[in-house]
Amino acid sequence: MFHLALKMLMGDRAKYIMLVGGLTFAALLMTQQNAVFQGLLSWTTSHLRNMRASIWVVEAHVDYANETKPLRDTDVNRVRSVKGVDFAVPMFQGILKAKDSDGADKQIMLIGLHGATLFGRPPQMLAGSLQQLRLPNTVVIDELGVQRLSAKGRPPIKIGDTFEINDREARIVGICRTERHFFGYPYVFSSYDQALQYAPRQRKMLSVILAEPKPGAAIADVARAIQRETGLKAYTSEEFAKVTVDYIWKNTGIPMSFMTTIILGFIVGVAVSGQTFFSFVLENLRHLGALKAMGASTWMLARMLLLQAFTVGMIGYGMGVGLAALFGFAVLPVGQPPFLLEASSMIKTAVAIVVMCCFSAFLGIRKVARLEPAIVFRG
Amino acid sequence: MSVPFKAPASTPSSGTPTAVRVRGVTKTFGTGDSRTVALKGVDFETREGELHLVVGPSGCGKTTLLSVVAGTLDWDAGEIDVLGTRLNGMSKAAVTAFRGRHIGFIFQQFNLIPTLTCVENVSVPLLLNGVHRHRAEQTAAELLQRVGLGDKGRKRPTELSGGQQQRVAIARALSHEPRLIICDEPTSALDRDTGHHIMDLLSTAARAPGRCVIIVTHDPRTYGYADRITEMEDGRVRQVLEGDALRHYVDQHT
Repeated sequence: MFHLALKMLMGDRAKYIMLVGGLTFAALLMTQQNAVFQGLLSWTTSHLRNMRASIWVVEAHVDYANETKPLRDTDVNRVRSVKGVDFAVPMFQGILKAKDSDGADKQIMLIGLHGATLFGRPPQMLAGSLQQLRLPNTVVIDELGVQRLSAKGRPPIKIGDTFEINDREARIVGICRTERHFFGYPYVFSSYDQALQYAPRQRKMLSVILAEPKPGAAIADVARAIQRETGLKAYTSEEFAKVTVDYIWKNTGIPMSFMTTIILGFIVGVAVSGQTFFSFVLENLRHLGALKAMGASTWMLARMLLLQAFTVGMIGYGMGVGLAALFGFAVLPVGQPPFLLEASSMIKTAVAIVVMCCFSAFLGIRKVARLEPAIVFRG
Repeated sequence: MSVPFKAPASTPSSGTPTAVRVRGVTKTFGTGDSRTVALKGVDFETREGELHLVVGPSGCGKTTLLSVVAGTLDWDAGEIDVLGTRLNGMSKAAVTAFRGRHIGFIFQQFNLIPTLTCVENVSVPLLLNGVHRHRAEQTAAELLQRVGLGDKGRKRPTELSGGQQQRVAIARALSHEPRLIICDEPTSALDRDTGHHIMDLLSTAARAPGRCVIIVTHDPRTYGYADRITEMEDGRVRQVLEGDALRHYVDQHT
């Protein structure tokens, strides 16, 4: 009987297409929005992955990784003096104004690395030499920087080209690859001393202290020791990532905004699939009554309806997630919007689609269970 | 006066086993002001090998009687025995299973599933009885051949005329070789010639050993096919006609 149930479903083209379309749309919306949200969340901690330090020491009132509250220069030595710290280096980070070769202003994320160690260096150099950051007025920019700092209609900027940061010359000595920063600005790396010259002068200029524990020392224990002895906040990279994500969840409208769209996708899916499937059942009520009269049990009809509901659910899910993945393939090379399609997102969408299918099937089964087969004798 | 479709070649004798026995059945719909008593202590009996017509004006309780005999509708009081099985006290699931095994249905509106082919429609009762799909479709194709629609097996019901659809419905009703075939106004939506053809098929089906056909109808053109006619009026059996009385009744009404 089940092959006939599928033929009954697919034979009603209009309803079948509407059911699959509704579920596809719902699955696409939920998966795509979830993936964009996850991508955005991953951006909030990309800074930590780009620097790859074990311990981050920040000012006591800093709430998340992308926030900067300056420290005193002497704090570096205080951190270095904590037992278990192998080394600690200063790092500058700040959003500065740069001018491209056309003179247009662009925002950049300037990172000043400790000159001697270049600790916190970009994860992958594509061209040029990081060591040349020790020369005056030199910078390494990332791929987004190449894109943003190139003038329209001209060849992209390259090693050896110059641009301005805060009216000071910056000569490109390397191109690197980084993960996109949460704020969306290109990374520009320089030495710490050089960064202090680019940045507007303030009383305190040190943004972050990056530290490493001695071999064999537990990272978390060392971080706790730094916090205890200096009064600064010290996080392991994982802790800082968690704190950052928690901050975004609790203090911004971003999750609510995405959740609203995801919930809307779910509601649209439930409404379209439920309504369409119920109307499909109503239109076939007479035939279902005839089947009941001919000896089909309510359980048999319920299984037929479940099969029909889950068939359109599976097709809609596959198409929706497939389209979301295609969206990802399209936007990932461009770099935005952020997109991170994890297995957990697909599982959540699958659960939502299962709920929709169960709801739709339930409406139909309830109707069929109450159906008197004698309906077929009414003219 | 028009000629009735056809008189039966032979009629079952009174010694033939009873296929359906209904005793004192009552059925009420609704409550309060909207309460309607559809069956008022109906007694009804039909024998194996018989083509039995139930006739009467609209609202007299014919279809309600048919529904309770088929086990598709609960009744309030009385006893119903179908093919030697007492329906009283049986669970709904048991009645459904009994129906699936032993009763075939032919409906006024055919009730063929429009998205399935004729072969698939005819195979439904077999599939419900656990017959393998391939075997069920083979049997369905043979039955369609028997009702003169051998070449229409892969067509959908909507591609056929009303008469052809009713023949498909007959093939479906016969597919699992039921002992009781219940028909609700099988000719009312058909023209005269097609009605003849359908009644010929039903008459032949009724002659199969151990089988009987009960037809609820308004259509006097079918009376000539009956072995027995039960006339109903206002929820009661007015008269049961057979033999000379039946012939006289047929002459009067056709």
